Amino acid sequence: MTLKSLALTAALVATTLGTALAPSLVQAQAKEQFFPLLVYRTGPYAPNGTPWANGKQDYIKYVNATGGMNGVKITYEECETGYATDKGVECYERLKGRPGVALFDPQATGITFALTDKVPTDKIPLITLGYGLSASQDGGVFKWNFPLMGSYWTAADILIQHIGKKEGGMDKLKGKKIALVYHDSPFGKEPIPLLQERAKQNGFELSLIPVTAPGVEQKSAWLQVRQSRPDFVLLWGWGVMNSTALKEAVATGYPREKMYGVWWAGAEPDVKDVGANAKGYNALALNTSGTQPKVIQDILKQVHDKGQGTGPKDEVGSVLYTRGVIIQMLTIEAVKRAQERFGKGKVMTGEQVRWGMENLALDQKKLDALGFSGVMRPVSTSCQDHMGSTWARVHTWDGAKWGGMSDWYEADSQIIKPMVKAAADKYAGEKKLTRREAADCQS
Amino acid sequence: MFYRENGQFKSSYRADQQIFPIAQDRIAILVLLLVAFVVVPMGVSDYWMRAILTPFLILSLAALGLNILVGYCGQISLGTGAFMAVGAYAAYNFQVRIDGMPLIASLLLGGLCATVIGVLFGIPSLRIKGLYLAVATLAAQFFTDWAFLRIQWFTNNSSSGSVSVAGLNVFGVPIESPVQKYLFCLIFVVVFALLAKNLVRSAIGREWMAMRDMDVAAAVIGIRPVYAKLTAFAVSSFIVGVAGALWGFIHLGAWEPAAFSIDRSFQLLFMVIIGGLGSIMGSFFGAAFIVLLPLFLNQLPGWLGFSISTALASHLETMIFGALIVFFLIVEPHGLARLWSTAKEKLRLWPFPH
Repeated sequence: MTLKSLALTAALVATTLGTALAPSLVQAQAKEQFFPLLVYRTGPYAPNGTPWANGKQDYIKYVNATGGMNGVKITYEECETGYATDKGVECYERLKGRPGVALFDPQATGITFALTDKVPTDKIPLITLGYGLSASQDGGVFKWNFPLMGSYWTAADILIQHIGKKEGGMDKLKGKKIALVYHDSPFGKEPIPLLQERAKQNGFELSLIPVTAPGVEQKSAWLQVRQSRPDFVLLWGWGVMNSTALKEAVATGYPREKMYGVWWAGAEPDVKDVGANAKGYNALALNTSGTQPKVIQDILKQVHDKGQGTGPKDEVGSVLYTRGVIIQMLTIEAVKRAQERFGKGKVMTGEQVRWGMENLALDQKKLDALGFSGVMRPVSTSCQDHMGSTWARVHTWDGAKWGGMSDWYEADSQIIKPMVKAAADKYAGEKKLTRREAADCQS
Repeated sequence: MFYRENGQFKSSYRADQQIFPIAQDRIAILVLLLVAFVVVPMGVSDYWMRAILTPFLILSLAALGLNILVGYCGQISLGTGAFMAVGAYAAYNFQVRIDGMPLIASLLLGGLCATVIGVLFGIPSLRIKGLYLAVATLAAQFFTDWAFLRIQWFTNNSSSGSVSVAGLNVFGVPIESPVQKYLFCLIFVVVFALLAKNLVRSAIGREWMAMRDMDVAAAVIGIRPVYAKLTAFAVSSFIVGVAGALWGFIHLGAWEPAAFSIDRSFQLLFMVIIGGLGSIMGSFFGAAFIVLLPLFLNQLPGWLGFSISTALASHLETMIFGALIVFFLIVEPHGLARLWSTAKEKLRLWPFPH
């Protein structure tokens, strides 16, 4: 067989196999709710994407080990997106048709944008905890989007509030210079409108310093910081960008105490490489970290001790891992909430899960019962408000671990609300959508 | 046996010049078109239609455009992603800024804008060639990335820099369901492939090929290098621009500059090289190889019953994919299209090929 005919045979085999590329049919089985998990365990964002994905999987395993959702078992499948929009869309198309599919968590702002137009036709809700479209808080226009617990607008607002408080009052911000070093993508650009609004109201000077994705090349950005010497730097980074920014800050001699990251820039992988040099760096915290919370203990006991854990055991309880656990808990609670209305022990459809998402009522008592006491604040959503809560804190890196949690802050609704409404109306106008009727809230 | 042309005589220039001179080829193409237009929309799942066939068609179109430039005219370009982006953003601006703009018109106008930019960045090709030109076209990539990220006007002042389109329709027919999107792209691809094929067979195509093979000799026999090179850039960027607009409008629905990053340029160049330089058919083979194979490799472990971690599957995919590219290029440097024509040659001599 010559090399050429070998190639011909190979090509022939490839085509026949290619025809077998039909979506593997999963038999519709009774009482199984399917959670598609879009992840990125490869690429420049992998260090941050991995613990997040592990937390989500472990919580599913934990719930399954303790009886599922009122007897309904959870199945799941991961699909690697690599943070790329087109791959994310492919994953969505691949997994959305599975029987019992509950909802999607795209894990990337770019993918969220692409899916936002697709979910209303497919009738599958989209959860974007702490990221995604800030305007999608408005449930009147964004029926299927749920940016639970915060958006980039609430994040930016809380950071400004915190800086103002540290300075001794919001009026002290007048004349100060604040620089936003951001990932040049929809993710990094989202906070800009709010910061501009705040700059107008509080009288500080805002300078915007973009960093090209994925963010390993920041020399020119930090040159600008060195030149303009802003009083504070807000860091809107993700993945390798964060640790690079901290290293550049060290090289530039910019004080880390004056740097404030968004909650995606405040986990262990972001500061690990810089270690003690990053001491004093602050970032928002949507949740606590550590293994003390009851739910983390339970996961360790029920999942990791039985050898079924996803990922390394010593990463359990890290910031992003815990966030993954929270996301999965909220989605599972949404399904359970839907079951309360549409029948316990049944598999919920996407539309029913949407109702559950929209009527989440997780008060402190419920959170305590689930083992989340101290990890997060209560969340309660409604037809109009798809966010449920805007509480967040600021934590500080002490050179070895995250700590020094500040008080809880809530985003200023006087600023956020009109902005959300205006942006949602603009979106509805562009898409020629009408606002939902009051009756639609009941469905 | 079945693929033999004896007995098929050509008695007119017309018959001698048709695209598919062999009757079997004509029948095969007709069957293929019939399958693509009728059987596929009826019998293929939504997932295939939306997530595999539509991107495959659009990327084939882009590869076709690039093939005209690289394969036929010999001007290596790394700016394909940029021209796609220009097409997509220009079409978006026509769509949102002009009320009642027909979809097809805005897609074609997007292509025209890409043509202008393509010719502009093609001007250096008059002085430099080969790798130097590749680097010069890279400038187009960086420039458009910068422009669409920074100049707010292009994104209609979208605060996040991401743009989206909705409510697409052609003459009142909505382009929403997977079948509609697939057919819409298919029509574009078929029309453009036919145009491209005829273009490369015509005088201008021969000028391109003469430029590619030996530009000094071509100039000596009276071909104007300026005209030949810039028309290649123009035609190529037009097709690539339309493909970019389709990618944004039809496939993604919402996009950001990252959708047309440098990776996309490389991907398309690989398609052209693997598929076959200077072959219309090769563009389709290349697109199929690059679009389908990773998906196939990604899902293979699952079908075979291995449960491996997502990260490992993804790394394996990249490794095998890379190895296959190297393998194919060693075995057949002229790409899959040449393998295909070798196979046809053998079939014509069957059962005793040599």
